[in-house]
Amino acid sequence: MIKDTVTEDLLLRKPTFIAFLFATVLVCFLIFDPSQSLIGHLLEPALGDPDTSGLYGRFVTSFMLAVLMVLNLLAISLIPNFRLQVICVWIELLILFLSFFYSFDLSFEFIRSKIWFMVTQGIFTTLYVSAISIVIASFIAIIGAVAKMSSNGFAYAIASFYTSFFRGLPLLMQVYLIYLGFPQIGYVIDAVPAGIIALSLCYGAYMTEIFRAGIMSIDAGQWEGSRALGFKFSLIMRKIILPQSIPLIIPPTGNQFIAMLKDSSLVSVIGVWELMFLARTLGNKTFNHMEMLITAAMLYWMMTMVLELIQSRIERKYQKRQSR
Amino acid sequence: MSKTNQKVKEPIISIKEMNKYYGDFHALTNIDLEVNIGERIVICGPSGSGKSTLIRCLNRLEAHQSGSVIVNGVELHQHMKDIDKVRSEVGMVFQHFNLFPHMTVLENCTAGPMWVNKVPPVEAHEIAMKYLERVNIPEQADKYPAQLSGGQQQRVAIARSLCMNPKVMLFDEPTSALDPEMVAEVLDTMTDLAQSGMTMIVVTHEMGFAKQVADRVIFMDEGKIIEANEPIAFFENPQSERTKKFLSQVLVH
Ligand SMILES: Nc1ncnc2c1ncn2[C@@H]1O[C@H](COP(=O)(O)OP(=O)(O)OP(=O)(O)O)[C@@H](O)[C@H]1O
Ligand SMILES: [Mg+2]
Repeated sequence: MIKDTVTEDLLLRKPTFIAFLFATVLVCFLIFDPSQSLIGHLLEPALGDPDTSGLYGRFVTSFMLAVLMVLNLLAISLIPNFRLQVICVWIELLILFLSFFYSFDLSFEFIRSKIWFMVTQGIFTTLYVSAISIVIASFIAIIGAVAKMSSNGFAYAIASFYTSFFRGLPLLMQVYLIYLGFPQIGYVIDAVPAGIIALSLCYGAYMTEIFRAGIMSIDAGQWEGSRALGFKFSLIMRKIILPQSIPLIIPPTGNQFIAMLKDSSLVSVIGVWELMFLARTLGNKTFNHMEMLITAAMLYWMMTMVLELIQSRIERKYQKRQSR
Repeated sequence: MSKTNQKVKEPIISIKEMNKYYGDFHALTNIDLEVNIGERIVICGPSGSGKSTLIRCLNRLEAHQSGSVIVNGVELHQHMKDIDKVRSEVGMVFQHFNLFPHMTVLENCTAGPMWVNKVPPVEAHEIAMKYLERVNIPEQADKYPAQLSGGQQQRVAIARSLCMNPKVMLFDEPTSALDPEMVAEVLDTMTDLAQSGMTMIVVTHEMGFAKQVADRVIFMDEGKIIEANEPIAFFENPQSERTKKFLSQVLVH
């Protein structure tokens, strides 16, 4: 997207908008009665016990909250630096979220006692299962994409059957089919390889389409230019077409990797000790389900953020190369 | 301008009774053409007359359906094994350059020699610099195609083809995508090349270039070769009505 050089006035500089915003926030707070909240308790000296302060207490707390919120927005809008602004909003949203979790009255003692194991065992397994799977899936995708564009009937038929089948079945079913199906034909397979095979095949099917689209988006002139020099097909693919499609393939592939990171929780059903499996089993004994689930959720999120960061790095590297 | 020096009468390209269809559409009809070593041929004709199709059949970027196309002694057909070898000996310059945007100018030029002819990197580098100097842009070697002007890009494309040491050079409207002020620099490069004795087949509407450089001018219309003659005769005494009409149109502006 290309930004216009002329920008419109900030909405937060218009008094009517601020008034409208304030009114909306106030009404929302009035409906969701905040007098029992942290702010309500802070105002206790002035309003008396929130349980008894009634409609008046409800209105005053709502009013205070609305003022705070609008002031906060105005303050953030005054930050001149884009990055700083983004960071501030992120931190505030994060605090809101965490306080939401905090209100569950979790046993942090329990989390602390388990988190190390979740990281070393759970995250480790989740990461290596996903990483191996995405690499295999990428290989499948290149072959699948080439086969799907080929004029060879066999190649096309096999590739289209493959993508249709593995995109058509729920991943959970594929995991079961591979884990329980292989022993039927006399081939017992461990849980981890079964999980990796299922993830690779399923994501390979999706990524076949991503790679195909990436390859097709390269101008026909690149093929003609290379053929005219006497390049063979595999050389054209490796040196001319794929390097040019990579910048187009990376964003959707990053997306797939993030999705896979979380879909790998499905292989917990066959007993792979990845993050989700640990979250469920560790909490079971002492009924600390919520603690473990939220911890796992936070860990998934953190892994995703790291991946997003890596992805944006790679994208920037390729953008630089293209726009020189 | 000497273009009459003794040519060896030896066809490097020989087309006989060639027909080409796009589905039901008869794009080329009974084409007969021999091109001798060292000969410079200019092909002109109205849009859609099959000029591009004809020269793309010469390195089999397009397939013909009947007749024969023999390039450098090798007949082109669907099941041939050594098409890459033929193509590596036939240089082609396109209207839209078709440079590789992810590679520098130098890499564009060394790719062919290194990957196809297995020339060692150092030597490939020397070859590339030699031809980049020949087209007058050695100083752009480390830039990417997108950083160059259209005329410069087209000259890189010419250098890239020359690096393969081709026996024939095919040009498909090499100046049509260029701004007027860049046309001259590309035509100069091509004139230079012609003077060095390169066999060239050029599709172009630049009639000045045709008059100056061509040994033979070929006029095509509706997929047929209507007329072929030496430039002086072609321009001053065209035989067919269609040629006359076409010339009156292109020579006006
Ligand atoms: N891939 C294709 N499929 C179907 N028809 C085609 C294809 N390529 C070219 N044609 C048709 O073949 C005819 C000749 O095309 P060609 O590109 O060779 O013309 P040209 O003489 O090079 O014209 P121009 O001066 O516009 O480049 C045209 O009528 C065109 O529509
Ligand atoms: Mg054309």
